[in-house]
Amino acid sequence: MKSLPELEFGCLESTLVSNANLLSIKSLSVSFGGLKALSNVNLELNENEVVGLIGPNGAGKTTFFNALSGLTEVESGTLSINGKSHKWPKPHQLIDLGISRTLQGVGLFPELSVLENVMIGDNKSSKSGLISGALGLSLKDEKKLRQRALTALERVYASGIADQRADSLPYPVTKRVAIARALVSEPKVLLLDEPAGGLGAQDIEWMNSLIHNLATQCSVILVEHHMDVVMSVCDRLYVLNFGEVISSGDVEKVRRDPAVVEAYLGVNN
Amino acid sequence: MIRQFALPTWGSKMTEFITAILTSLSSGAIYALMALAIVLVWRSTRVINFAQAGQAVLTTYIGYTVIQRTGSYWLALVVAVISGAIIGAVIDRFFMRPIFKRVKSGPIVMIAPVVATLGLLGIIQAIIGFIWGLTNQSIEAPVSTGGYKVMGKVIAFSSYNLLVLVAVAIAMLLLTILFQRTNIGLALRASAYSPEIARLSGIKVDAVRTLGWAIAGASGGLAGMLYIPGYFLYPNAMDLLLVFGFVAAVIGGLESLFGAVAGAMILGFAINFSTTYISQKLFFPTAFIVLVLVLLIKPSGLFAAKKSRGA
Repeated sequence: MKSLPELEFGCLESTLVSNANLLSIKSLSVSFGGLKALSNVNLELNENEVVGLIGPNGAGKTTFFNALSGLTEVESGTLSINGKSHKWPKPHQLIDLGISRTLQGVGLFPELSVLENVMIGDNKSSKSGLISGALGLSLKDEKKLRQRALTALERVYASGIADQRADSLPYPVTKRVAIARALVSEPKVLLLDEPAGGLGAQDIEWMNSLIHNLATQCSVILVEHHMDVVMSVCDRLYVLNFGEVISSGDVEKVRRDPAVVEAYLGVNN
Repeated sequence: MIRQFALPTWGSKMTEFITAILTSLSSGAIYALMALAIVLVWRSTRVINFAQAGQAVLTTYIGYTVIQRTGSYWLALVVAVISGAIIGAVIDRFFMRPIFKRVKSGPIVMIAPVVATLGLLGIIQAIIGFIWGLTNQSIEAPVSTGGYKVMGKVIAFSSYNLLVLVAVAIAMLLLTILFQRTNIGLALRASAYSPEIARLSGIKVDAVRTLGWAIAGASGGLAGMLYIPGYFLYPNAMDLLLVFGFVAAVIGGLESLFGAVAGAMILGFAINFSTTYISQKLFFPTAFIVLVLVLLIKPSGLFAAKKSRGA
């Protein structure tokens, strides 16, 4: 595999933060049996903003993503996008709302090519079926989808590996392909679940730059344990502990919040 | 497997050899359709559908009824294929899907679908017995079953055998287009590998799986209508075909449509050559000897790898 090029785009300078509210979640609660996994969580996301969702293990970060993605049943709470109220989506409806996500475990289809893996992310937009395929009528549709998938791969600097099988890729590259799959439907909101997890220092730096660049075209909610990444790319933070938001605001404010220090370090003051 | 209507009555060595090849192709083609049906359900739902034999025989009985009323084999073939698709979809929607929703964890997850399809096989065969009875019925082939003449001699390969080969080739071509060139095919494959990711990608996994069952049911319907002329139709008529289809699918690697057809052809050749040149008693054991040999040499099957779409 060719070595991947350095990203050429800038970082914070290119992040256009506007005040237009894109996503609003109010009083989100999720329970597993008698256990309250999320309790009255509120979260706002503006256009072209990167919001970090952090907290210790078991704080409810992935549960939040799963609730928003329809993978976990929501007990109560409201969801608004661009000021319009929506029902909590089922997983296959997420893309219709302009939301796309990656998973902690990457989740590529091992026996499919990289291109096919990315094309699946935009499968819903395709109209091609058996009859149109047999008659060659779906070629135009397929070509468009293929081009969108290649563009998404270019955005993560992985177009050169489109023909490779997913199970032949090194781990850091699978992360990029997973992000490309999430990007191919051109989402307004991208949910990134530990994109830097398991990466080496160089790849983490690369991922930093990529997230900065993504924020020029969509909004991002980031769940990440690497605090260097979080502090570098996020405009605002929400801190979860035992399913509750214990702090939120800009990065510096949250960093100095005693409640956050206590949650992470287990000490008072 | 030697078809009843294609008996070699004379025998130079060369004629015997050519006959064995042609009957191998013909019987292999029938096994291929059942193997395709098994692979299709496996690929879309990770279930080995033992009820496929019951579904195929049910659709063949439906075809038989159409022939009784209209006299048209071709109309019966179309009705059988369509009803096979509908029955497959109904089984998934109202039988398999509820089972999967209720059985989500523990060792029973692996066993429940197998037991369910075996039970369903029994139920379908019992229903057929109630509706059509247990006596043997027959369906006449739509084209000549008399062997072609080659250099003045009749060989054991007829227009009907050719029809079977062409039908399988067309079915294989359509399925290849579906899986390799359409996004429905991509959705079918994605849903099989990782339902969660497929759902998050906007794919209605339940509907896609039902489609997989429908396509498999149609393939089984086609297999039944092509298999039965020359044999008797009764509730258990497809049991042996199911076994051979399953063996062929495993030889081919279970995942690959091409593998299913190739596995079926290998099986067809092995059975016909062993019964022609060694002993008729090897008809049934040969299938399992081939299966064991393949599993010992290449446990993942001979054609496990698949072609993927590139840039």
